[in-house]
Amino acid sequence: MTATETRPSRPARGVNLKVLGPILALVVLVIVGAALNGNFLSAANITNVLSRSAFIGIIAVGMTFVITGGGLDLSVGSMAAFIAGLMILVMNAMLPVMGPGWPLVFVGMLTAMVAGTLAGFVNGFLITTMRIEAFIVTLGTMGIYRSLVTWLADGGTLSLDFGMRSVIRPIYFDGILGISWPIIVFALVAISGELVMRRAAFGRHAAAVGSNDQVARYSSVNVNRVRMLTYVFLGILVGVATIMYVPRLGSASPSTGVLWELEAIAAVIIGGTMLKGGFGRVWGTVIGVLILSLIDNILNLTDGVSPYLNGAIQGVIIILAVILQRDKKAES
Amino acid sequence: MSETRALTLADVCRSFGPVQVLHDISLTLRPGEVHALIGENGAGKSTAMKIMSGYLEPTKGQVKLDDAPVRFASSQEAEAQGVVLIHQEFNLADQLSVEQNIFLGHEKRRGLFLDKAWMQAETRRLLARLNCKVSPDARVRDISNADKQMVEIAKALSRRAQVLIMDEPTAVLTEREAEVLFEQVERLKAEGVAILFTSHKLDEVKRISDRITVLRDGHVVAQGMTAEFNEDQMAQAMVGRDVSSLYPVRSVGVGDDAALEVRGLNVPGYAHDISFTLRRGEILGISGLIGSGRTEAMEGLTGLRAAQGDVRINGRPVSLRSPQQAQAAGLCYLTEDRKGRGLLLQKGMRENLTLQALPEFTNWLIDHKAEDAALTRAIADFDIRAPTREVLVGNLSGGNQQKLLIAKIMLTDPDIVIIDEPTRGIDIGTKQQIYEFIHALSAAGKSIIVVSSEMQEVIGLADRVLVMRLGTIAGEVSGDDMTEDKIVRLAMGLGATRQEAI
Ligand SMILES: Nc1ncnc2c1ncn2[C@@H]1O[C@H](COP(=O)(O)OP(=O)(O)OP(=O)(O)O)[C@@H](O)[C@H]1O
Ligand SMILES: [Mg+2]
Repeated sequence: MTATETRPSRPARGVNLKVLGPILALVVLVIVGAALNGNFLSAANITNVLSRSAFIGIIAVGMTFVITGGGLDLSVGSMAAFIAGLMILVMNAMLPVMGPGWPLVFVGMLTAMVAGTLAGFVNGFLITTMRIEAFIVTLGTMGIYRSLVTWLADGGTLSLDFGMRSVIRPIYFDGILGISWPIIVFALVAISGELVMRRAAFGRHAAAVGSNDQVARYSSVNVNRVRMLTYVFLGILVGVATIMYVPRLGSASPSTGVLWELEAIAAVIIGGTMLKGGFGRVWGTVIGVLILSLIDNILNLTDGVSPYLNGAIQGVIIILAVILQRDKKAES
Repeated sequence: MSETRALTLADVCRSFGPVQVLHDISLTLRPGEVHALIGENGAGKSTAMKIMSGYLEPTKGQVKLDDAPVRFASSQEAEAQGVVLIHQEFNLADQLSVEQNIFLGHEKRRGLFLDKAWMQAETRRLLARLNCKVSPDARVRDISNADKQMVEIAKALSRRAQVLIMDEPTAVLTEREAEVLFEQVERLKAEGVAILFTSHKLDEVKRISDRITVLRDGHVVAQGMTAEFNEDQMAQAMVGRDVSSLYPVRSVGVGDDAALEVRGLNVPGYAHDISFTLRRGEILGISGLIGSGRTEAMEGLTGLRAAQGDVRINGRPVSLRSPQQAQAAGLCYLTEDRKGRGLLLQKGMRENLTLQALPEFTNWLIDHKAEDAALTRAIADFDIRAPTREVLVGNLSGGNQQKLLIAKIMLTDPDIVIIDEPTRGIDIGTKQQIYEFIHALSAAGKSIIVVSSEMQEVIGLADRVLVMRLGTIAGEVSGDDMTEDKIVRLAMGLGATRQEAI
């Protein structure tokens, strides 16, 4: 009975559906899109969809780690808006000193990264060291950042100085070999995220902490540090996403990044990561992001259904994804 | 009790996926009889019990109640027919009070409202019958494992079971507490209740059961009246080889230098003024009643709880404020609570095995091949019996979880290891293997502390025993002084005068 040899022991239906579900949904969407509109598969449209998904996508990869570790971050949308505002203010302020050019762009990037790191650290500190529920902490910081950016913009819009716009534009609109920078950065973030989740000690530890933090603690895992790092990484990635975002419009306003947190969380859940923590799948998140943007894109390209129904369709997909996730539990 | 019932398994088989774990099991529980189901870890005892009580369905065969085939659609349906199972794992709602747990789903009502007063009184009465001192209002998460077990038993008593099935009820109890349980078993038996229980403590089986069924690899290999078996024969039938000499003989002497020195360790609220020295290669036993602060003292020592005191390892003062620091200093603690603190039940064996020693398997990226090799080695070294390599750890049998937990700690290669309840829920054959393993560790120059509620175990294994009582070390026994009697007297705070240990 020492049956240690590997056998094909999986109850084929449940597991395969869980792994294949998101992929199948994506394939169906692509087919539907192509059938409805000839332009759907054009290079221009694909680039457009992917570049727009990049912001949410980069954030969602970070969110995957937070959720896997048993946490949640509602503040990322406001955080992005705040960081964008800050980045614009700093660049505008330094423009007279440094003049328009790449050095100033780097200053802007640095601002975004530092602000993201700090914001993540603050969330992580309040959640781990101060032991406050993640939901409460990030609900609080969500309001704080949103209000700060409104205040900075004085209720209006913060615009990047015109002199800088043409310098910074290429970050969103250029790329290598016809692939735009946001897509490249998203791909890099996703690939490293997948690698860390699957093959690095940090990913394993995050899953352990989310699965049972007592077991993790008794196994000499520094639980607070792991949790803290998930929030800090997410903050950094919000900074990265903002760096990609600012060049697109060259402005930030109180409505920047609204509901990004929910889209990011939705993408993570659709991708098969467990909301209660303990198991995460970065590639699933990427598929989740693509599914959400494709729905948006298809509705915009076709006349049949109003784009205003986007939210409703996304909602249905999220609920379906969670029902699919559940089936394994129900069996046992 | 007005009615009595007999419960029968007739040629029951059960498979999980492609793996068959029960093969044509037949056994009958008769009213007024205590039936013991014994067998190695993973033999299928818990599975058989779950089938009898409606938690699992048989893949083949029948469950019969008073000779009529029944199909329990759920455990509630089984309970309604008087068949109650007490799980190997606790099945209590942690956030609820003791009283709420006992009456969960069976709340007594008076009109629209709950009859709180009646339930309070009934809870007190049930707990008093079990000699259990917890308050009905205590939250279950705050009470000790032994008390939790008593609450489970009280819950079963309150259901007025006609068939009572207990899966390792004594695993977390000390002998004294087990004694209280056995009194209740005798009482229920006299009332005509049919009782089935399992235990890896064969002396208990011999004492309280009337009939025995032995399982090996999911087959019934022996069945008969308890009087026909002695303990060695039971063990032989379970394991298939002779296990009469359970404790190995010390082959290498104990070193002279101190591996670990503890002076004045305080764990606020649990233990104070703990001082002892552990020599290299020594096996030190720590005994004491449940609640004497044994576990908490060891957790304080290894940085799992806030504690103050002087600790030296190999003569050098160390500060162990976190388990990471303790592990770095070569000191590891193996928890007594394998499900809550030891293993990730939702993960596979590989991830669990390497969790604590992950840095050893990581060089930027985790080396999956090395992990797999480690798992293969652990399965062989510790005789872990899993249906498949990919099985979730929560689906392993209790004893095999324990073996995996030991393998996990040993992977960190500690110089000093503190093992809390090393063989809880482990079958006698594996016990012998684990004892041999502990001796091999000691022969290799490692120092070991064994915390155990099983008196025989500390005596058989340790070179020296510290006895704890009310958070302090009440005394030390070694050599010929290591007798159950002396340990019990120290543990209970009795002086030199001989008294009957209850
Ligand atoms: N849900 C499940 N899925 C897959 N395998 C399972 C499941 N439940 C039990 N098993 C397997 O069935 C076998 C019998 O397990 P069971 O828990 O009945 O053993 P046991 O005799 O109670 O052992 P122990 O003394 O260790 O408690 C084990 O190999 C176990 O891994
Ligand atoms: Mg069992």
